[in-house]
Amino acid sequence: MSSHYEAPIRKPLIIGDKNYHDVTVDVARPVEGRANKHWWIAFTIALIAFLWGVACVSYTVGTGIGTWGSNKTVGWAWDITNFVWWVGIGHAGTLISAVLLLFRQKWRMAINRSAEAMTIFSVIQAAMFPVFHMGRPWLAYWVMPIPNQFGSLWVNFNSPLLWDVFAISTYLSVSLVFWWTGLLPDFAMLRDRAVTPFTKRVYSIVSFGWSGRAKDWQRFEEVSLVLAGLATPLVLSVHTIVSFDFATSVIPGWHTTILPPYFVAGAIFSGFAMVNTLLIIMRKVSNLEAYITVQHIELMNIVIMITGSIVGTAYITELFIAWYSGVEYEQYAFINRATGPYWWAYLLMMTCNVVSPQVMWFKKIRTSIMVSFIISIVVNIGMWFERFVIIVTSLHRDYLPSSWTMFQPTFVDAGFFIGTIGFFFVLFLLYSRSFPVIAQAEVKSIMKTSSETYKKLRDNGHDNHSHSEHNHH
Amino acid sequence: MYTFSNSLRTFAFILMAVGILGIGYSFFTAPTSLEEVEQILAAEHHGGHGEAGAHEAAGAEHHEAEAAHAEHADVPAVVEHSAAEAEGTHEGHDSVNAVATHAEHDTVATSHDAASPTGDAQEAGHDEHSELAHAADKAAIDAVHDAHKGHDAHAEHDAHKEHAEHVFKQLQNKPWAALYVAAIFFMLISLGVLAFYAIQNVAQAGWSPVLFRVMEGITSYLLPGSIVVFVLLVLGVLQFHHLFIWMDPAVVAEDHLIKAKSGYLNGTFTLIRAVIFFGGWILYRQYSRKQSLAQDEATDNLAYKKSFKAAAGFLAFFIVTESIMSWDWIMSVDPHWYSTLFGWYVFASFFVSGITTIALVTLYLKSKGYLEYVNTSHIHDLAKFMFGISVFWTYLWFSQFMLMWYADMPEEVVYFKMRIDNYNLPFFGMVVMNFVFPILILVNTDFKRLSWIVVMAGIVILCGHYVDFFNMIMPATVGDQWFIGAGEIGSVLFFFGLFIFVVFTALTKVPLLAKRNPLIEESKHFHY
Repeated sequence: MSSHYEAPIRKPLIIGDKNYHDVTVDVARPVEGRANKHWWIAFTIALIAFLWGVACVSYTVGTGIGTWGSNKTVGWAWDITNFVWWVGIGHAGTLISAVLLLFRQKWRMAINRSAEAMTIFSVIQAAMFPVFHMGRPWLAYWVMPIPNQFGSLWVNFNSPLLWDVFAISTYLSVSLVFWWTGLLPDFAMLRDRAVTPFTKRVYSIVSFGWSGRAKDWQRFEEVSLVLAGLATPLVLSVHTIVSFDFATSVIPGWHTTILPPYFVAGAIFSGFAMVNTLLIIMRKVSNLEAYITVQHIELMNIVIMITGSIVGTAYITELFIAWYSGVEYEQYAFINRATGPYWWAYLLMMTCNVVSPQVMWFKKIRTSIMVSFIISIVVNIGMWFERFVIIVTSLHRDYLPSSWTMFQPTFVDAGFFIGTIGFFFVLFLLYSRSFPVIAQAEVKSIMKTSSETYKKLRDNGHDNHSHSEHNHH
Repeated sequence: MYTFSNSLRTFAFILMAVGILGIGYSFFTAPTSLEEVEQILAAEHHGGHGEAGAHEAAGAEHHEAEAAHAEHADVPAVVEHSAAEAEGTHEGHDSVNAVATHAEHDTVATSHDAASPTGDAQEAGHDEHSELAHAADKAAIDAVHDAHKGHDAHAEHDAHKEHAEHVFKQLQNKPWAALYVAAIFFMLISLGVLAFYAIQNVAQAGWSPVLFRVMEGITSYLLPGSIVVFVLLVLGVLQFHHLFIWMDPAVVAEDHLIKAKSGYLNGTFTLIRAVIFFGGWILYRQYSRKQSLAQDEATDNLAYKKSFKAAAGFLAFFIVTESIMSWDWIMSVDPHWYSTLFGWYVFASFFVSGITTIALVTLYLKSKGYLEYVNTSHIHDLAKFMFGISVFWTYLWFSQFMLMWYADMPEEVVYFKMRIDNYNLPFFGMVVMNFVFPILILVNTDFKRLSWIVVMAGIVILCGHYVDFFNMIMPATVGDQWFIGAGEIGSVLFFFGLFIFVVFTALTKVPLLAKRNPLIEESKHFHY
């Protein structure tokens, strides 16, 4: 791959005096140790929220979808808002593991594992909404093109909702395979360090007998690259297909061609914000500050700033074209967003998504962990409102004024959403105690180019401008 | 230092000379009077207008007319009035109106309501050609299911005259449109390279600094290229050509829809915007070039840091101005049509062309023994970008096309209807050239390191994206009178020659390797 030479202007990605063994120990520590009180408190809260969600979903399925606040005009509201929000969050994981791999970004090494975990857990949350927002979820299997006894009654492949089924299920399975492949060397490391027979057994099962031979590594890298090459168009297409749910319609405010790339940009935006939220906590509680450095947070903030600007450009484009189109329905849709009964949601979305990422232009702000943490949450609030605004404000007032109405969520709407947040954290908290949260094998591969220790050695031992010894390619 | 070889210089001059001949010929042979058009039409139609349905392609009337009939047969219930209206609009200048004739009988019914903006669009055409509309009105009452009777309306004398005038305008536009497509295509290639250069700078890419001087050479075309495009825009505002119908006050006065947009679409404001856009881009280009050269002689990284900041600022400016530019200079040739994705779609098209140009110029210089440090890994990376952005272009092309096709809303789908009916081969051919071919050939790792493969793929990609711009501009300006002839080829050759001359002259000015870029050592030793 790339040469061992690295320009002196690049800052170290592994700070402190770390060697290969230190990486192993630091990554294995949270898995090998016992959970502390804080973890149990967090886990209990998440579990209660999850169980409350289960109760709300059971109530919905048992009683009927009318327990929600949706009505005859606004048929989609919190259900699809949450669905799109969770799918969007899931996208950063693949972006970090696949796109950043294609762009040879070494800083991805410390964050890809957790980002992928986040992807998988949030796609699981997302996948529940398409099922439970159905009036008859027990017939959900009818969306599959399975030969049957109704004269082989088939599905209609023209609906974006069906494409969603394929997109989400493919996305989940490919992400899972990609994630698990990367985990093999790390599980093998945990297997080899295990002291109890039980953990040894568990980690030897999940590591699939990884022995780390040269041939294995060679194929491992090739598989990673191919999967990254496949996952990148996949991640783009998944959120694109989600955007088609709206863009293929004829609803003013929904039917707009920019939606596919703009949804993808929004997904990266909110996904990176969620990664930032989680990693800022994780680096602290798991003592991983040497690997997830301020530079990592700064770079994620830059991605948030860039995608936030793309999203902002798309907002302005939509506004301009709505005026330019001369279509009064289109024009009204945007006037309604800005000045109608949901103006506050639109204002929140604009402030959180367009204004907040722009503060990242200042180095002081984007290298401040506290501010980054706050903004990362602000962004996710904004992105939830973006989906809410697109869905609800376009539906509640469209072509026929006699069909205009409002939307008011019920506690069941909220309960389901809270439940998915709880479920997400249940999974994520369990993951952080049983999985190697940093891809130690990958981090070790950049030790010699990018760790502080080796950089210092290089600076002291050699002349930077004639680095002949470093070029083994 | 690079020396501009005499043979390449001569080649550039020959291209320009041949190009000028072609352009001159196309202007010289463009019809100057209605009588000439009448003769052309008579020759083309074998004397029968009613048969050809007036608006279907001049080249392949029969086939097209059949298609139109089929459309009629498909329509289950047609509201008479809207049928008449659709007939009325068939003389519209842009590609969106031109196709409204036969395609939309089923859908215009919904837009007949005077309050509806689509109704306005139809109405605009209606007003403009009220004579024809009256004729068509009478005919259309019983011509609902029968395309032939609809066409009878055209047989009437005034309809025929309108048609001849319309074709006259299209034929007069043809040499101008050919010039405009080529001018904007080459200018945007240079802008695409500038965007790529800025991205490489802000991303602190470790592989590309050995190519920076090549990129700077290519962006030197931005200045002359911008001047040409700007002059063409000014000529439009001054009514020397009629590529943009909204620049014609007579059209605006009669067209409600354009009139509503005239706060934005007007000559003065458009030229002011153009000055700002070109000014900003050229400013960044000159400034970053200056800093890049200053860094060579410096003892610290101050120039590098300045150039980094300038690149970040430029990209923020670029994302906004690029979108607006594409509305102003490309989308507005169809002033009744709109698409929110359009700006990014145009971006993908010229961005991939720019990267391809970098690869081709690099390979040329490398083959001549310059660019000591450029190896197959650099070419591999460029080829990966060519591959990736080609797929990205296709993604945007498909998103825009499929969403309009799927929803089938009359005010927007006519754009594609017109292109599929009259530009079938260029429209789908470009998808083959810009997607199918590159994806099949550049997916292979070994292939991406072979010069001849990259050159071959590059030529196809560049031709494909020329066709892309052709498809964006021509339908609205020359309609079904399109043809790739002396004017089109001449314009491409002229700008190609100018491009070579300007770019390779700029390459001779400074050494081809940036000396003190902080990442240059990484780039020199780059292997993948």
